[in-house]
Amino acid sequence: MTAGSLSPLAARTEDLRKVYGHGEAAVVALAGVTLGFERGKFTAVMGASGSGKSTLMHCVAGLDNPTGGAVFIGDTEIGRLKDKQLTLLRRERIGFVFQSFNLIPTLTADENILLPLSIAGRKPDPEWYDLIIDTVGLRDRLTHKPSELSGGQQQRVACARALMSKPDIVFADEPTGNLDSRSGAEVLAFLRRSVDDFGQTIVMVTHDPVGAAYTDRVVFLADGEVVDELRSPSREDVLRAMGRLEPAGGRTARPATPPGGRVLLPGDVAPAHSEAALLPGSSELAVPPSEGTPQEARRVVED
Amino acid sequence: MLRASWKSLLGHKLRMLMSAFAIVLGVAFVAGSLLFTDMLSASLNGLLKGTVADVNVGLKGQYDDATMTDLDSARVEVTPAVLERIRDVPGVAAAYGNNVGTTLYPLSKSGQLISSPGAPTITSNYIKAPAAGGQQGLVIKSGHAPGDGEVMLDPTALERGGYKVGDIMAAVDVLTGKPVPFKIVGTATWGSGTTFGATYMFVSDETSKQLFTGGKDAYLTAWVVADRRADVEQVTADVGKVLPSGLEALSADTVTEKTQETLNQGLSFVNTFLLVFAAIALIVATFLIVNTFSIIVAQRGRELALLRAMGASRAQVRVSVLFEAAIIGLGGATAGIGFGWLLATGINGLMAYVGVDLGGALPGLSPTAVIASYAVGLLVTLGAAYVPAARASKVPPIAAMTGEYMTGTQGLGRRTILSVVMIAAGAVAMAGGLFGWFPEALACVGVGALLILLGVAGAGPLLGRPVTWVLGRVYGLAFGSVGRLAELNAARNPRRTAATASALMIGLALVVTMAILGQTSKTSVASIVATGFRGDLTVSSLAAQMAPSVGDRIEKVDGVADLYRTRRAAARVGSDNANILAMDAAAFGRTSEMTMQSGELTDAVDTVVVKDTWATEHGYTTGSTITATIRDKDVPLRVTGIFSAPQNSGVPGMISNLGTLERAGVPEMDTEYVLYVSPGQSVDDVRQRVADAVSDQPLISVNDVASITQQATSAIDQLLAVIYALLALAIIIAVLGIVNTLALSVIERTREIGLLRAIGLTRGQLRRMVTLESVVVALLGAFLGVGMGLVFGVALQRPLADQGLDKLDIPWPLLGLFLVVSVLVGILAAVWPARRAAQLDVLQAIATE
Repeated sequence: MTAGSLSPLAARTEDLRKVYGHGEAAVVALAGVTLGFERGKFTAVMGASGSGKSTLMHCVAGLDNPTGGAVFIGDTEIGRLKDKQLTLLRRERIGFVFQSFNLIPTLTADENILLPLSIAGRKPDPEWYDLIIDTVGLRDRLTHKPSELSGGQQQRVACARALMSKPDIVFADEPTGNLDSRSGAEVLAFLRRSVDDFGQTIVMVTHDPVGAAYTDRVVFLADGEVVDELRSPSREDVLRAMGRLEPAGGRTARPATPPGGRVLLPGDVAPAHSEAALLPGSSELAVPPSEGTPQEARRVVED
Repeated sequence: MLRASWKSLLGHKLRMLMSAFAIVLGVAFVAGSLLFTDMLSASLNGLLKGTVADVNVGLKGQYDDATMTDLDSARVEVTPAVLERIRDVPGVAAAYGNNVGTTLYPLSKSGQLISSPGAPTITSNYIKAPAAGGQQGLVIKSGHAPGDGEVMLDPTALERGGYKVGDIMAAVDVLTGKPVPFKIVGTATWGSGTTFGATYMFVSDETSKQLFTGGKDAYLTAWVVADRRADVEQVTADVGKVLPSGLEALSADTVTEKTQETLNQGLSFVNTFLLVFAAIALIVATFLIVNTFSIIVAQRGRELALLRAMGASRAQVRVSVLFEAAIIGLGGATAGIGFGWLLATGINGLMAYVGVDLGGALPGLSPTAVIASYAVGLLVTLGAAYVPAARASKVPPIAAMTGEYMTGTQGLGRRTILSVVMIAAGAVAMAGGLFGWFPEALACVGVGALLILLGVAGAGPLLGRPVTWVLGRVYGLAFGSVGRLAELNAARNPRRTAATASALMIGLALVVTMAILGQTSKTSVASIVATGFRGDLTVSSLAAQMAPSVGDRIEKVDGVADLYRTRRAAARVGSDNANILAMDAAAFGRTSEMTMQSGELTDAVDTVVVKDTWATEHGYTTGSTITATIRDKDVPLRVTGIFSAPQNSGVPGMISNLGTLERAGVPEMDTEYVLYVSPGQSVDDVRQRVADAVSDQPLISVNDVASITQQATSAIDQLLAVIYALLALAIIIAVLGIVNTLALSVIERTREIGLLRAIGLTRGQLRRMVTLESVVVALLGAFLGVGMGLVFGVALQRPLADQGLDKLDIPWPLLGLFLVVSVLVGILAAVWPARRAAQLDVLQAIATE
């Protein structure tokens, strides 16, 4: 599956640092992370909110600029790349699955799946295309628009899209965060299968111990550092490890109110994403699986 | 609650700016076109009223038809005694003798005529008196009033002549053909500063008498200022009573009316056009504002829902939205008026720069312009904000908050049905006008066109679909998935796309209609010139007369095979004015298109041939005798034949021979020479040689068909230029409207853009996507606009055919150019939104809610 490199690691970081803000207000998101992601393995990155797991993924995926250290995709150090090269790298060698809003609403499922290839002006390999479509189990849904698909189906389309260009590595950012448990299980099973059957390398950021149990390896982050690691974990292993990390009680370190501790009103001068902190659907407030949009919930039942 | 609205306003500066910008654009369009309209009518009024007195005393009939005035006839003059009597009339504040003439032509420094062909040069003595209604009369722009042998020019003429104040300038007197030297001592204009192409010269009293009354202490006319409180019509009547017979007194209104009648018909056409244009500006402005606000309020759906969830009532939500809209509307309208003024000034300046004088300064803002601007800015904005807000406030809060209720594409609905009905009604009206089902063909076609225009604007979402679809296929082939994405983005909200395109559509529909009518009238005029033209070259003088020696000289020029000379004389038959054209019998049919129906033109003295239409009207036949009064003498003319000549060809009712005119005592002055070039000679070469031979006579010009056509069509070009200037306003608004909607769309789709960038869309591709989307909008407007313009132009030409627009000519290359320009407009409009989109940070964009 790899694009020619013999390195056993699909991606790695060296002393990766990321600091937001300056001086007094500086927040250290990554405090020197050295980590490798093995080829053909399914790796989960876990940690509390603010542990730096999302920042780590964003930096490795070339979506964010590290403050220090280096990131390699294969043998390519991405810190040296210009925006254009970085974009091409994302297009050719990296696949993405986000928590939500993965699909372009105007395009059909099929068009969404083929979008990275067609942006690059490439034709899909028909055998590979059939294999992916069948694996993801959406053949009868290909002509539907995202709004006509359930949340789980949308995420599976996103997964298919991520795999279609045979990337070196797929990054999944809480891919099941917005799904009910059954849909989430489908997505996770598909990701697992793509590792086992196609040798795909996947890195997944997750909160969910169930999701982590699908992986080959779990890396735990706290305060911007790697603090623990499990191999082929079970759900209980993961829960135990999480318990060790947070002895002060409670699994969750997620704040009930946004940073700063005050309720934001619309119209307050605030960054758009923090304004939304009160709203359902945001990653920072757990949404019970059945409480998607009413429409979505209905479809889930119909599935 | 209002506090929350206020905070909301301040908190979303960009959103506020963009919605305000839409209002600024809309209001600027309305204010700009109203200002422009005001300016044109003020110029016209200034021209008409600013150059006449309250009471004007002149030769009887002088104001009816200036061209018929026979300069040679003994005329009654305004003597100092007459002036004294006028001054004694109650209600007269002042009376001045006024010598006005058009017989003096100033020459530039290099010896060329300063005035453009066809435009008059008006020479008058300098009068320091107010014009009609107390308007400003003459205004000195620089220098001082002229003394004897001195002159003031209008500033344009000074510039075109290449002179400075203090220079010596020559002006040719067409009566003597001799140049007269003047010292330029300053510049002056009539109050409005408008000249509409005429050249003005102001001289001293004494000089004007030398020029126009043969040095006698008298004037041709009198300029009477009425007391401000007096009834002008009454004063006019009273002045009339003290005048010697042969003179009459006319009020400013009467003179203006008479002048207006003789002025180009085009002016009333321009007025109609301006009204239609202002109405359309209003509609486009409304579209633009409604469009922007429906986007913005929809974006606020969640925020409004949150307010509702926290306990705000529906009414409170609506008031909050209206409050915000009112503030933005007021600010936007105020800025829009300023921007409109700038636009009107800019276009006016641009027109002046390219040589079309629309009349100096813009007038101040009229109350109409201000009221209309604020009405559009405030009322339309409130309405535009209220409808989506009311809709939003009806949605259950939780649905709005979860984003279930968003900007989705609504059905086409009632508006489309109404629009389609309008199109159908318009088509019926138009067809009715064309096929004579209804009377008033032109009005029917006009109303039909307006209905179709509005209907198409309303049904844009529906009509836009095929255009978008076709463009999508082309895009897919040319630009792959980037093109496909662009097409889908444009098709995502057809109503918005259509509304954005409508400004360009309406502007182009009008441009194309005007272009077709303009081209058609030019072609028709050219065809009249070409069919009537005989020979290879014509020689004529601005003075309308040339010494026969000029013809003798030209005849000897190498390459001139034949020369035919014509003369003209003013005559009266009974009470009718009837000009006589005279030429040798051999010249008949050789100087312009004319055919003998019966009999023939002879060289025998006191014979004449009569035009068929005129003969029928008066019952003349071959052999009858016409008694014509020529130079106050009755001359019996024997009819030797009947001829025909095309309408509009300028051939008068009677053609006689040179001998007849000579015997009647008409001075031996030629009017025109028609030259035939020897075989094998190049017409251009001969033309050059003839021009060289008469180069000592600046008033004489040598023309061929092309240059005569060009002169005849230059007035049409000028009219078109005015109209194009207005339409430039529409195009500018259209471009900015596209920019605004596109920028809002980019903001709305931030997350999507982030996703596309994450999965590998390069910045360049993203820019291309936004640009292509913009081009879809522009081309949609262009196709619909050019298509409608074609229909309107062709349809309007039919009823206008018998008014001289008989040769339909569609300027296809120009239409093609409009489409190309639209693509450029699309590309230009996308520059800023595309750059903004490309600069979005991928991570932040994805995280955006």
